[in-house]
Formats: sequence, C-alpha cells, structure tokens
Amino acid sequence: MEILVCARRVPDTSENEIELNPAGNDIERDDLVYSINEWDNYAVEEALQIVAKVGGNVTVVTVGGEDDEEILRREMAMGANHGVLISDDAFSGSDGRGIASILAAYVKTGKYDLILTGVQAEDGGAQVGGMLAAMLDYPFASLVNSIEVRSDRKLKISREIEGGNKEINEIDLPCVLSIQTGINEPRYVGMRGIRQVASVPIPTFGAADLGVAAAAVGKGAAKVKRVDYFVPVQGKGARILKGSQEEIIDELLELVKAKGGLN
Amino acid sequence: MARIFAYIVHKGGVADDSASELAVAARKIDPTASPTAVVTGSGAELDAACNSLRASYSEIWKIGNEVLAYPNAELVRQALVRILPPGSFVLVPHEHFGIDLSPGLSIKLNSAFVSDVLEIEGMEGACLKVVRQEFGGQVSAHVRCDISTGAVINIRPGAFKPGQNAPANGVVSDKSAEVGALAAQRRYLETLVAEAGDVDISKQPVLVSIGRGIQEKDNVAIAQELADSMGAALSCSRPVVDAKWMPKSRQVGTSGKTVKPKVYLACGISGAFQHLAGIKGNPFLVAINKNPKAPIFQVADVGIVADLLEFLPELTNKIREMHSVSAK
Repeated sequence: MEILVCARRVPDTSENEIELNPAGNDIERDDLVYSINEWDNYAVEEALQIVAKVGGNVTVVTVGGEDDEEILRREMAMGANHGVLISDDAFSGSDGRGIASILAAYVKTGKYDLILTGVQAEDGGAQVGGMLAAMLDYPFASLVNSIEVRSDRKLKISREIEGGNKEINEIDLPCVLSIQTGINEPRYVGMRGIRQVASVPIPTFGAADLGVAAAAVGKGAAKVKRVDYFVPVQGKGARILKGSQEEIIDELLELVKAKGGLN
Repeated sequence: MARIFAYIVHKGGVADDSASELAVAARKIDPTASPTAVVTGSGAELDAACNSLRASYSEIWKIGNEVLAYPNAELVRQALVRILPPGSFVLVPHEHFGIDLSPGLSIKLNSAFVSDVLEIEGMEGACLKVVRQEFGGQVSAHVRCDISTGAVINIRPGAFKPGQNAPANGVVSDKSAEVGALAAQRRYLETLVAEAGDVDISKQPVLVSIGRGIQEKDNVAIAQELADSMGAALSCSRPVVDAKWMPKSRQVGTSGKTVKPKVYLACGISGAFQHLAGIKGNPFLVAINKNPKAPIFQVADVGIVADLLEFLPELTNKIREMHSVSAK
C-alpha cells in the first residue's frame, strides 16, 4: 500500500509556554521549540505499522520552508521511506483551503492508496484532511483511532465519538483519514537515527512543479485570516494560594475539607 | 445578508443542546436573522426532532432518507450541497460530526470555512469577525473570514449560551424529494460502547485528576497515593490516556467521561476546553500547575503554582499525619 502522510512543524506546547509578544499582537516566537505536530506523528506511526503488515511505502510530505525539513528527517528516521518538501514563496500565508489545494496538486502527481493527516494542529482548525478529500473526491473520515486493512480496496476504521465510544465504518480506498492521538504508541527516535538520514536528499516541489496557480493560494487567496493573538480575560480567575509550601498545604486542606473533599 | 442555516444534531428524536446555541450564534452574525434549521434523518425520530425545534426556529427543513438514519457525513454533505442556496451561511456544532462534515462541505459549496468558533463579533465589510483559540486555549485569535461566497462555520459547543427565544411556532418543510438518492464510499457499521472500567469516575464525589504535568508513567503512583489518602478516585486528561499511563475509562472530557464531583483537584492539567467540558455540577476546582499562565487558573476556584512531583507527596504526607492524629 502506498501511503502519504501530511505533516507539519509546529511550536511544541509540551516544551513551551505560549505567551504574547510585547506588542501583544502575536505569540512570542523567539525561544520556541518546534517539533512535528503531535497528531501527525501518530499518523506516521500508523502508516509504518500498516506497511509492516501489508507491504508498501510511506511518504511524508510537508508544505513549508527549509526549517521544516527537520521534521521530514525525523519521520524518515522513524522509518518513513521518503520525505517531500513543498515550498514556494507563493504559498506563504495560505489558509487551510490553500494548503489543501497545494497538497491535492501533489497527490495527483503520484498514486497513493491512503492519505493520512493528523486530526488537527495546535494552531490549526481540523480542516485540511476533510478539504483535501473533498477536492480529490475521495471518501474521508475524521478522528480515526484504529485502522484494519480488509483488502486492497477497503479499510475497517474506528472513529472516536462522544463518551469514549467508537463508531465503526467501512471505507473504500483511496481515501483520506485524519488520525487521532492515542491510536498507537509512536516509536522513539534517537539522535543516531536522525544522523543516519541526515544526507538523504529531500525532493522539493514548487508551485510551477505542481501546476498550482500562484493566485489560487497564499495570502491573497486566503478567505480566512488571523488578525492577531490575544489573551482573553475569562471568569474571575483562581485565588492563587501564597506563602511557604507548608502554609499553602494547610490552607488548601482547610478549604478542601470544608467542601467535603477529605474522607 | 445571505440566508443562515443551522445543522441540527439530534438523537432519539431529541435535538442536541447545540440546536439552540446555533440560533444564538446566527443572531450574532445578523441580529435580524431568522435562521433555518436543517435536520437529516429518517422515520419517526426525524419527525420528533423536527417538531421539537418548532419552538426555537421559524423554519425547519426536513431531509428524510433511510440511509440517513445514522448521520454519515458523506451522505449528509451530498444532501446539503443539493439544496442549500449559493452563498449560504451554514452553522454546525464543532464536535465529532461537525469535524467530519464541515471542511469538505465548504469545498463543495465553494465557501469559506472557520473551525471551532467561540465568539462572533459581527460584520466588517464583507468579512465576518470571529474569535478562535489556539495552542490548547493558551491564546485566542481574532480571525476575519471573507463570506462573499458564503461560509461554513463550526461553533464550539457550550460557547453560545441559549437566551430567551421568542416563540417561533416554526413550520416544517419536507425537502426530501429535492435531495433525491444518496450513495457513499463510506458505510457506517456499528457503534461500540466504551468499556466501563474498574472505577466509575462519573459517580465519585472527590477526584484527583492528572494531566501531562505528571511527566511519566512511574509518577502516576504519586497521584494515586494522594487520592488514596483523601478517599478520592484518580482520573486524568487525554494525554495521560494517549500515553497509555491510565485506561480510557479514567479520562475526563468530551471524548471521555463526564464527571460531577464536589471537589476536583486538577494536577498538571492545562485546562483545554475538551477537558473542562467533561466537568459538570460546578465543583470546588483546585488547580495545581507549574505554569502560572495555564488556562486552568482562569476557571479554577483556587490555584497553586508548584511542581507536582514535589508538592503532591508533601500534601499526601500532611493528610496522612492528620489521619494518624485523629485516629489517636
């Protein structure tokens, strides 16, 4: 099975506290640690596990710039066969639809049976997978938390719905699935593995290579634009307990006891 | 202004809470709007759901078809694309069905898509001004959406509080014949209900709940000891289940369990809305987190900025001391 995984490099929120910059219109980007979007990493692991069972290849693609190559190499160190960078100044400022149309153009250059994305990105809208599928007229399922290959034409998949319940579907190939975290346990990638793929060439495609009209993507074509970031004032805010650790513990226990929290 | 439609999620003949929330959101786009409810399904359940909406929507479009008995997003999309007028606004609740339906629907309608909207600030020229959250709710963003060719807008459940709806005495129009036959490349088979697990956290009066801040599996025991000392049960947020440190049956949130304790100790939980949406009944909420800017501090009653691995064992020791003193 030929599997394409669409991935992104994002600020890693488990490593960073996201704060506003002094001007208060963007997040502070100077000291951010970036990594592969967590959902996308699960998608790559899932693709590797499918290929281990039924054979085939895993290609990881990202739309971005030179800096984004690092996540392609990381996923290749995990076991992905190919990494592909899609990069062009004309792509900058694209909204979800723009990114989906760039990816759709790339998909048409190859022959993929299965396309995986993460359900969402930390700064995204859970949208690219569904849009890509609609552009390609492929069936789509979101929030996928298990995949079983039934034949070379069909998958049996489970979707995460409310209350921890699972919605089981059968879906025809080729299709697009958005992968939920927890579907598997992504393998560890060491520095050694990344060094081993450090010199593997990564093909790069631009707008002209893919036949994407520059006017159809990028900032100019974006219907949805983020104006700025802000931190809203929500609720009354917690009363923060102050003092020595011992004082804090004493006060906390008194409060919790009064609310019936100590049995 | 273009016509506004609200896609109604319903189950067992009863419309979801989101139905009235979407009506509120519609009036934030256009205060004079009289949004139209769109309801898909089949048989008596569909009729019951349509009737239940007559108090809050003046017009209800009913789309009945046997294959829509279970809401398959691919089939629902085909149906909507055939009947919605060009340039429409379509409001959809941002839950597992809306995430399935809306991105592709926006492509087929050639309209804009905005995901997970929690506030609507009105129009500015041809743009709708909305607010979204990013980075797990750590920051919000003002977003402008060009609605000149219509828009599909996913609304966060619970973000728009239903107000007083004037008695609408709505009229149900049957659009089934206009939709015609439907076929999909994805077929619903069945729903598997989640396993109950060893402890039913939905019935516990006191919960110690852990999140990503617990850092590794071996540290779960530290929180378990605290829970034991308090006579509480241990629950968790999604990352702990994803990492396989605790079973799914212990997860609080939209994709886990809904809990209604008296006291809730959120330890190392950032406070994403998917987690908070699973905590009902307005418990006394204590947040312990080393990040003073964690969103959980905005909604908690009491906050403690501390390192869990240091703070929790001390807390446990103190409680054990209290117990041994009172036992004497």
